[in-house]
Amino acid sequence: MDKIIYFDNAATSYPKPEGVIQAMALFSHEVGANPGRSGHRLSIEAGRIVYQARERVTQLFGHADSSRVIFGLNATEGINQGLQGLLRPGDHVITSSMEHNSVMRPLRALEKEGVAVTVVVCSPEGFLDPQDVRRAIKKKTKMVVLNHGSNVVGTLQPLAEVGEICRRQGVLFFVDAAQTAGSVHINMEGEKIDLLAFTGHKALFGPPGTGGLVVGERVEEKEIIPVKKGGTGSRSELEEQPDFLPDLGESGTPNTVGIAGLLAGINFVLKEGVERIRSHELGLTELLLQGLADIPGVTIYGPKNARRQVSTLSFNIQGMAPSEVGWRLDEEFGILCRVGLHCSPSSHRTIGTFPEGTVRFGLGYLNTESEVRQALQAVRQLARKG
Amino acid sequence: MSQGVILFPSIHFALRAEKIVQGKGIPYKLIPVPRHLSSDCGVCLRLAWEEAERVISLLSREGVKTEGVYLLSPKER
Repeated sequence: MDKIIYFDNAATSYPKPEGVIQAMALFSHEVGANPGRSGHRLSIEAGRIVYQARERVTQLFGHADSSRVIFGLNATEGINQGLQGLLRPGDHVITSSMEHNSVMRPLRALEKEGVAVTVVVCSPEGFLDPQDVRRAIKKKTKMVVLNHGSNVVGTLQPLAEVGEICRRQGVLFFVDAAQTAGSVHINMEGEKIDLLAFTGHKALFGPPGTGGLVVGERVEEKEIIPVKKGGTGSRSELEEQPDFLPDLGESGTPNTVGIAGLLAGINFVLKEGVERIRSHELGLTELLLQGLADIPGVTIYGPKNARRQVSTLSFNIQGMAPSEVGWRLDEEFGILCRVGLHCSPSSHRTIGTFPEGTVRFGLGYLNTESEVRQALQAVRQLARKG
Repeated sequence: MSQGVILFPSIHFALRAEKIVQGKGIPYKLIPVPRHLSSDCGVCLRLAWEEAERVISLLSREGVKTEGVYLLSPKER
């Protein structure tokens, strides 16, 4: 294979650390069994791996009780469980105009069932003003749901300020950490987060098919309506779904081989340290931002400030469609990125790139300065020749 | 020596209990739940009967949910 530069880490991280691949191979070779079902040694061993993964998730997010970690396929599944599980007709929910469709689509569906939805409009850089959230809170407001880091332009939202407002008003604070879990410090207790949806396959370095929802202590477990119902290995004598965590939200055989990989991925993140990961990504983002800003004909969207965003950014080259830029970066330079609307029409309306979309570079911890310099050279060449 | 079992609502709590008793150096084994105690397909924690009371209070202090403790008859060990 020709040498490639992988700048699509905002979609999924690649490559994965060797330990992640080894952990999945080891699981497949030596464990293999279904956790929490049978009582034999391999089933128990599989259960131990899932248990450890829950413990690591709580360690990473500053949350105390690992029984409140619901594993699922991805952040989307966690978001659906959190929204559909808690919002009822008559409730009011507040969100931002920078949300991914993983939040917007469940909310629009709930709206048809009688949940009132307020979308707080963000600045063209993608920033939410916490005071706008405060002003939008009504008597019926049950929840504020917010994307921590934009998947389009990387904008980081002020979680602690919004969390403080929510806590003071008695509103649940639900954070979508798909783009930040593993690369930006998150502390559920410190930032007053009541629900946190995370994905395992981005900055946590697990495989696709891992993610979930962390449920804070202020959410009454008996209040959560399970989205999926089915076998859990517990309460097998009953035909009703268990009403306790984590079982209420985990029906059917889990992706245990994936969770084994996720466990290794989180261990990698904890070993490297979130601060160090953040600092490396911040350096790459700064280099990329400065370089792109110097190229005539290139428009950068979003904060244009590495400290206020994750290592994802969007740009366009004057006179070229994003799809053409993406195709030529791949064909001529081996640079893999994403172009278009990035599953978030509302974000593109906010930053002014709807419906054309953007070229998105999603950098990750395993990218290097040299790769960023090569990419800048490629963009310069495309912008010059057209 | 008499043996007892502690039952849990799900495997998650059984494994949390395992970690706690391991930390205290208390001998134990995770075994399938005996059929006459529950129709559940999960596992329970088997340990010396004289340890059971201490372990139950230890687990409750740590917030581990349990679903009863039972003395095993000699033939069940």
